Amino acid sequence: MANLETMTINMGPQHPSTHGVLQLVLELDGEVVVKATPHIGFLHRGVEKLSEYRTYHQVLPLTDRLDYLAPMHNNLGYVLAVEKLLGISDQIPERANVVRVMLAELTRIKSHLVWLATHALDIGAMTVFLYCFRERERIMDFYEKISGARMTSNYFRVGGLSADLPDGIEKEIRDFINEMPDNINTYEGLLSGNKIWQKRVMGVGVIKPEDAIDVGLSGPSLRGSGVDWDLRRDQPYCGYETYDFRVVTHTDCDTWARYKVRLDEMRESCKIIHQCLDRLKPGPILADCPKIVLPPKKDVVNTIEGLIHHFKIITEGFKPEPGEVYVGVENPKGETGFYLISDGSPRPFRMRIRPASFVNLQALPQMVEGALIADVIAIIGTLDVVLGEIDR
Amino acid sequence: MSEHPAVAKLKERFKESVLDVAEHRGQTSVTVRKEDILAVCAFLKEECGYNFLTDVCGVDYLGETPRFMVVYHLYSIGAHQRLRLKAPVEEADCRIDSVVGIWSAANWLEREVWDMFGIDFKGHPDLRRILLPDDWEGHPLRKDYPVQGPDREPYQGRLS
Repeated sequence: MANLETMTINMGPQHPSTHGVLQLVLELDGEVVVKATPHIGFLHRGVEKLSEYRTYHQVLPLTDRLDYLAPMHNNLGYVLAVEKLLGISDQIPERANVVRVMLAELTRIKSHLVWLATHALDIGAMTVFLYCFRERERIMDFYEKISGARMTSNYFRVGGLSADLPDGIEKEIRDFINEMPDNINTYEGLLSGNKIWQKRVMGVGVIKPEDAIDVGLSGPSLRGSGVDWDLRRDQPYCGYETYDFRVVTHTDCDTWARYKVRLDEMRESCKIIHQCLDRLKPGPILADCPKIVLPPKKDVVNTIEGLIHHFKIITEGFKPEPGEVYVGVENPKGETGFYLISDGSPRPFRMRIRPASFVNLQALPQMVEGALIADVIAIIGTLDVVLGEIDR
Repeated sequence: MSEHPAVAKLKERFKESVLDVAEHRGQTSVTVRKEDILAVCAFLKEECGYNFLTDVCGVDYLGETPRFMVVYHLYSIGAHQRLRLKAPVEEADCRIDSVVGIWSAANWLEREVWDMFGIDFKGHPDLRRILLPDDWEGHPLRKDYPVQGPDREPYQGRLS
């Protein structure tokens, strides 16, 4: 008679791959996972609740902290939603849109670098980690020069940007982007041909396209299952439809496919950033909406209209007309969406964040059940979850 | 009159059920009776191609009747189209059918709505709290739940 006794173990939150918050209760039959129950931990930040008590401007810094590896993307999703709610989406200056796209793509590279570094480290490859963080550090330097902060950028504003790009940054970014494809080849050279790496990722965590859609996967995790869907191309924002780039898909549906998708996405991001740098022309960075965007400092101190607008916007905020909008953006993890309801007051009546990581992590039990316990680590890594975004 | 292609089909198929159709900034919201939510969702998935459930969330309109709204954001990966579906839920009968059988993605999203608003999803395979501990009292995203949390004095600002 077969031995049907199973053993239950707790994986995480201490294991490095579980980010210090995620706990997985695994039921094992030998080394095979029979059942996995995730407990996503309690960060309790209550961003959605806090937003109901702040003006639209004051909500912006909260959004940085959702997916802290891609703060600009969260800023972008939020400001796009507010602009849509206000009906000023078509008034954003060209320069602001180009800078938004450029920083969003730099952020995508930054986020994918952390993913590659930690995913490889979880599986046992140390060198890639050091190389990826070396490049990520340079993007953090750009962040610091542009927004003043290395992580929580708070750079985009409703109507445009908080400040123009500093002098000389364009050349630095171009130099970085020129070098980046070679760096990506280096990472790939360290991993793709490596037999251990191949054995750890190929055929692991397979999820078929119909199952991936059904369970709500989005972003690289979905494109690794061969589903050709990218919001940048299919629901374009910030003028993405005018850029030349390829939506990368792979049809293997496994951890290897998702690894290849993210590497190729970094290459595509480099292409987009080149196009942004070519397009950058001097011009305004804020929409001409005096009731919504803060006036320039020289107007505040020199004109009574500037002073009044500044005072009104800071003390009261602006009041979008009643209505509701949903805007989703292609975050490095997948679709991050902001659903805003306005009741005509200066505060959101309800702000709902559609978190990519939360929905992606939902697929974990489906992907690990039937796999070996060692594969669980690789599968958590391949989903690229950020627990801050999961427990908002 | 909405030009959204799914609206005409919904009105034809579920004449009694469609309570309201609203347009704002080019986005369409359809409000349906909660009793028909399963049939409407199945129809939208099978007949209209809304294969991707982007999001499920709750809204608390405290002081209004019915008090709650469950909001579904649907997306068609084939047609690249969005649709917002809403169903009102009364406070006295705070329940609605679960759509997990139609889209598995609803599983955690409905658990979160239960956790945050206390809306019960009938037929959900595993309705437990997800962001808060099992013994937590109250549902924090309700409008009458204090922002500072229970049993705490409201923050008065810095004294200095």
